[in-house]
Amino acid sequence: MKFDIYDFTSFNQWVDKLLYDALPPVWALIVEMTIIGLAFLLFYALVGLFLVYAERKVCAFMQNRLGPNRVGPFGIFQTIADFIKLLMKELITIKNSDKFLFNLAPFIVIIASFMAIAAIPFAKGLHAIDFDIGILYVIAVSSLGVVGVLLAGWSSNNKYSLIGAMRSGAQIISYELSVGMSLLTIIVLAGTMQFSAIVEGQADGWFIFKGHIPAFIAFVIFLIASTAETNRGPFDLAEAESELTAGFHTEYSGIKFAFFFLAEYMNMFIVASIAATVFLGGWMPFHVGGWAGLNHVMDYIPPFVWYFGKTMFVIWLMMWFKWTFPRLRIDQLLNLEWKYLLPINLFNILLMAFVVLMGWHF
Amino acid sequence: MNSIVEYFTDIFSAVKSLLTGMTVTGKYFFSPGQIVTQKYPENRKTLKMYDRFKGEIIMPHDASNQHRCTGCGICETNCPNGSIEIISARIETPEGKKVRIIDKHIYHLSMCTFCGLCVKTCPSDALAFGQEFEHAVFDRTKLTKILNQPGSSIIKGIEE
Amino acid sequence: MKEVIHTPVQHVEEEEYNINMGPQHPSTHGVLRLLVTLQGEIVAKLQPHCGYIHRGIEKMCEKDTYPQLIHLTDRMDYLSAHINNHAICLLVEDALQIEVPERVKYIRTIIDELTRIQSHQLWWSSFGMDLGGLTCFFYGLRDREKILDIFEESCGSRLLHSYYTPGGLMWDIHPNFQKSVKDFIKYFRKKIKDYERILSGNVIFRERSRGIGVLTKEDAISYGITGPSGRASGFSCDVRKHYPYAMYDKVQFKEVLHTEGDTLQRYLARMEEMYESMKIIEQLIDNIPEGDHQVKMKAVLKLPAGEYYQRVESARGHLGVYCISDGNKTPYRMKFRSPSFVNLSVLDHISRNTKIADLVAIGASLDLVIPDIDR
Repeated sequence: MKFDIYDFTSFNQWVDKLLYDALPPVWALIVEMTIIGLAFLLFYALVGLFLVYAERKVCAFMQNRLGPNRVGPFGIFQTIADFIKLLMKELITIKNSDKFLFNLAPFIVIIASFMAIAAIPFAKGLHAIDFDIGILYVIAVSSLGVVGVLLAGWSSNNKYSLIGAMRSGAQIISYELSVGMSLLTIIVLAGTMQFSAIVEGQADGWFIFKGHIPAFIAFVIFLIASTAETNRGPFDLAEAESELTAGFHTEYSGIKFAFFFLAEYMNMFIVASIAATVFLGGWMPFHVGGWAGLNHVMDYIPPFVWYFGKTMFVIWLMMWFKWTFPRLRIDQLLNLEWKYLLPINLFNILLMAFVVLMGWHF
Repeated sequence: MNSIVEYFTDIFSAVKSLLTGMTVTGKYFFSPGQIVTQKYPENRKTLKMYDRFKGEIIMPHDASNQHRCTGCGICETNCPNGSIEIISARIETPEGKKVRIIDKHIYHLSMCTFCGLCVKTCPSDALAFGQEFEHAVFDRTKLTKILNQPGSSIIKGIEE
Repeated sequence: MKEVIHTPVQHVEEEEYNINMGPQHPSTHGVLRLLVTLQGEIVAKLQPHCGYIHRGIEKMCEKDTYPQLIHLTDRMDYLSAHINNHAICLLVEDALQIEVPERVKYIRTIIDELTRIQSHQLWWSSFGMDLGGLTCFFYGLRDREKILDIFEESCGSRLLHSYYTPGGLMWDIHPNFQKSVKDFIKYFRKKIKDYERILSGNVIFRERSRGIGVLTKEDAISYGITGPSGRASGFSCDVRKHYPYAMYDKVQFKEVLHTEGDTLQRYLARMEEMYESMKIIEQLIDNIPEGDHQVKMKAVLKLPAGEYYQRVESARGHLGVYCISDGNKTPYRMKFRSPSFVNLSVLDHISRNTKIADLVAIGASLDLVIPDIDR
């Protein structure tokens, strides 16, 4: 068994061979899928815990204070304590709500983010699903989260939740357009929608550098639009603390609230990893085409370290947005999308197509 | 044409203002040396309050357990909400004079508003502000303090 | 025989609904209940219900002697505690025809202006927080701690000081006072630029406050809105300029006037006031004359029978103290004209036809301190 930290394909083949030799093919397939599913669940939970802690620490440092520092060294067990508390809370059932939809809504949101994360490459070969329409699949599947939000607002039987859910829904649907179109810009540059091919294509330079101006504009627009889509940062009017109610998840308590909470952080992780993969090269180290010496040095750092580093960088940028800016009102939010981001996006796609046709990229 | 120019200048000035704001928070993120949080209660040993800090009212006693309170009751009259109760007694001195001494100087810490009038108006400067601020107790009767310590007497020579 | 008083049921139009903002709400700074009638998202009408923190200060004043009033007026508008006390001291000194030493006047002016800066810092912090920029809260409070440290060193406590007395000060300032104040001014001049970068210039903030909650000059005059809220509408009402007291007629400062009267102008008026306050302090801090800190007063103060009125400029506006004395050592009746109570009355008028998210911004820009409303 060759366990190569730089290339997981041989490890995958070894596991595959082991299972198919030991069990009949149907069972082997089921066991394989179960293993991958469990690995993702574990990853999901761990990253969620880590992100909540990271947000509190980053927020604290920006505000000139310490953040969690009592539960465990440097407060690293704070999130675990919070989740134990949420688990022990009473699950309040509402009298006149639609019980089936009420209980289903958090699960839809989590399932949508699960399906999206399955398509992201973590390192060479560490890739659960490798569609040849990878980006389209991810955009399509992350739109399913809206259904969960609207169901949560509707089934709470609370007019403020409904208002909050409607606002959230309008916001998410509008900004999906911008997300899709900024990713379209990079597809024009890369020529393919398959994630592994996109990452391989950045072997001599990341797309944000290769595509200079249009790629940079697409990156900025993607950041803004994805912050809005995950209901974060300056676009969190629907769940703001100083507004009337907590939006669509007002009536949820205990573990169901924890699901929404976790799903929000995981969505942030997913959009950050898409940004890191598509714009910043995924697990590809920092190469400059032609400088073999630099490329060789950069290759020493294992790919998943590169991947996580880039994702954490984008997450840090999103946290920076949230803790600096005041909130936008809902009409200003929609104004921003339809009057500013959409026209710039359309113009950007045109510009990128022109650049690719004329060969003016690196 | 004008509106197109305005559109783009709007975008540029907006982005510039946002980036300026981000530099402020970014600067603080990278300077953890400027964190102002004090880790109380771990820093109790190094915590020093200011001299004039109004923690509670105390009656300073010197080394031989003597204080300056004559039991005149001026602090009780001047206290706006009755946080001080003076119980005085009349005793006979060895010279045969009847003088008033303080029996109990009751101070209700639970009602005191720390206005300082008792300290200011005491004619013999018997009261002062202490710097103890951790007054939380489980039993409310502990907040009623008797300021003159048992067995203490007045310093000789304090006029009435 | 007690009567049950029925409050009339509010008449609601079709498609209108009433909601309650408060008494416990993160954005009303204190316990204030706003009964808002909404049509969809637009505010149609607003009824404030105050009185949740009414402590009967005016009634309690009737049994307290004049030096004892200080500990009560501290607690009215606790963010301008020194200024409230200043009003009482001026009233008593005026009635008894007592002239306080120059040193006392200098110190009182400096401490008043520090109080004003400190109150505006807290206002800025909570304004940013209400609009969603939570970092503003921590930056403003961190800088406010420096002023509170200065107060703690000289007066003994951070919030409710009881430092001024009729006739002077409780005790003299600490020897470190001048140095601390000068250090603070140097420090704050740098930090206030941070405030401008993070909030004032921010495009999101400007869009949320420009043109929102416009108060015209005629309305400001007829409702009696004083303080920075009134001055942002063009109503020149600064008590320090029109009826000067302490050292205000001998220092140079500008009365900050704007014309448009929307939320953004009220915000900018308060930011400029902080600069003006620092200018006043700089003119006075090096020149404090030597002298006594207290005039020798009688043990029992009795004001001659009559009516007295004194006005000062607190951080929120024109604070007036009206006293009827019948010759005893306690006042017969004390009445306070509190600026927040009057400023609250205009909230309904200026927030009609704005969205509910704007109502939060307007309430924050009027700088209401609820204990001042209820006394």
